[in-house]
Amino acid sequence: MTTPTLPPPAMAGAPRVDPPEAAHTGRLGARAAAGGDRAYRLAIALCAATVPALLGIVAVALVRGAWPALADGGAATLLTSGWDPVRERFALGPALAGTLLTAALALLVATPLALAAALWTAELAPARLRTPVAALVDLLAAVPGVVYGLWGVQVLVPWLLADVAPALRALPVVGGWAWLAGPSYGPSLLAASVVLAIMVLPFIAAVSREVLLAVPGAQREAALALGATRWETATRIVLPYAGRGVVGAVMLGLGRALGETIAVAMVVGGAHAWPTSLLGPGYTLGALVANEFGEASGDRHLAALMLAGLALFGVTLVVNALARWLVARVADAEADA
Amino acid sequence: MSGEPRTPIAAPAPRDANDARARAAEALDAVADGHTLELPTWDAAATATALRLQQLAARRTARNVGRRRRHARRWTAVVGVGAALAVVPLVAVLGFLLVRGAGALGPGLVGGVGAADGAALDGGLANAIAGSTLLLVIASAVGIPVGLGAGLWLHERRGSRAASVLRYLCDVLLGVPSLVFGIVAWGLLVRPAGHFSAWAGGLALAAMLVPVVARTADDLLALVPTPLTEAALALGFPRWRTALDVALRAALPGVVTGALVAVARVAGETAPLLLTAFGNQYWTLDPSRPVAALPLHIYVAALGASERARAQAYAGALLLVALIALFGVAARRATRRAVRARRVEGA
Repeated sequence: MTTPTLPPPAMAGAPRVDPPEAAHTGRLGARAAAGGDRAYRLAIALCAATVPALLGIVAVALVRGAWPALADGGAATLLTSGWDPVRERFALGPALAGTLLTAALALLVATPLALAAALWTAELAPARLRTPVAALVDLLAAVPGVVYGLWGVQVLVPWLLADVAPALRALPVVGGWAWLAGPSYGPSLLAASVVLAIMVLPFIAAVSREVLLAVPGAQREAALALGATRWETATRIVLPYAGRGVVGAVMLGLGRALGETIAVAMVVGGAHAWPTSLLGPGYTLGALVANEFGEASGDRHLAALMLAGLALFGVTLVVNALARWLVARVADAEADA
Repeated sequence: MSGEPRTPIAAPAPRDANDARARAAEALDAVADGHTLELPTWDAAATATALRLQQLAARRTARNVGRRRRHARRWTAVVGVGAALAVVPLVAVLGFLLVRGAGALGPGLVGGVGAADGAALDGGLANAIAGSTLLLVIASAVGIPVGLGAGLWLHERRGSRAASVLRYLCDVLLGVPSLVFGIVAWGLLVRPAGHFSAWAGGLALAAMLVPVVARTADDLLALVPTPLTEAALALGFPRWRTALDVALRAALPGVVTGALVAVARVAGETAPLLLTAFGNQYWTLDPSRPVAALPLHIYVAALGASERARAQAYAGALLLVALIALFGVAARRATRRAVRARRVEGA
């Protein structure tokens, strides 16, 4: 004779569970329940199917829309320059170069600072300061791009034009560098890179921090038990263990930098030529589409813009897929540990 | 040295350099005094060598400790400076918004309806706020249920390969730039219809909500204690009622919070709306026509020629950031705390 067991302890806010009505019990009820189950399973399967469906729709729609441009020039469209709506010549080379250049510069500046912030908040900071600083970084990551663009237009660009550009050009050795020469009237690739760096920094910091926190505590404790200082534990034990995940976090930041459209569109200055000067205007794929889509003239023009979108989709897809795989490797290792 | 031979190897690890030295000295003394170390599986000579090495290491460690501590303190400070630098842009941007936006934020600005270029003298944000609300309602109505469904599917198949694949695809979808969704929505919804519309904008935003809500729901459903669902199944609940009435209801507060966070994040997206909702200088709530939106308004007003136009941009940006901060940060931290608590107690 089995003794009745106590009900499981109630979870805070758990609903009060009433037994099902007679309709769902018994043999007939089992069939009704099975019918409901089947409908439910179908419904959620359809919902789950929308995720790969969306990816497929995006890919197909972009390829179809960009097909005229692909059929015309093919890969050459992405590697040459010359944007002439009147003569219907569209080449995305400068935009692609600008995208890669600004993203690379942004990462160059943002990654050390982001890793410092992540390392500090995850390992080295005194306990009182960890949560406030991490909250600040999270808030920074949540600010939308258009707000950064607004700040860029009103604060950064005038400052770069008035103070930074002359100062850079006046530097002893670097000042004469070709990449700092040329006309500059405010919006520039440098401004875009700085804005991207500011946008991407908290993102990398937040993801890296999560990765560092995922390192098993046993590893840290073993190092500390053997007499290592907190710095040594952080750099020689935690960081190498999470190394792959941190690389993944940086690549996620790269994906974000490549895809950011609005903030860049507001400060990059639309110039269709190959980038030759950091202080001069340039273009990125996203900014190009954002600026020209409204007034696109003719099908070839639109197809070229769709091709820009396809290129953007392809590049971010590859970068993000690789990055997520890297981050997942560390999480899996932690789950197994 | 007391009479009984000791067996330091079996004792717990030395606490610090001094302790290591003391233990090694004791063991060596014991061996030198002719006591045997009672280590059935260890060779006494090998043990003595090991202890000697330990003593040497302890001596060297003791010499190094000061240098290592100084080195650690110096580099921790460097990293701290780096972390402080990382926070400086936040202070700059938020300070900028507060200073310029707080002054501009008034009842006239929020209540009035206006063009983003400041052309209308009573230019305001009312139509932008209403338009944004309309877009978010459409996006939530489509995106959140689909995301929930996907999350429930992931929960049903937890641990299977299909679930891992779908989770990965959700993450990939999260990384797609928002502009791309706008382009696709333009191609599929705006171009055939011949005009911009709030439907297109709302659906583009919905596509961005689905992966976020799916992952959030999946994470939170994992936290529902299994005895709860097992009890329901034992009482005769069909699987669909267990999932909806029991598991989902228990996870609902967290899911709602996560959905609100996602909606707040999506509220700030401008790029997809440029190509779909396009913006509108009049007050309208017709979803089949172009509609204004707060981030669009900010985008156009930011380059405005008049101070009035720029004031709209600052005020709008402040509103947007306040909304996102309110929903986003607090809710995300609450969810993360719950996930970590469960990982500690259950895992």
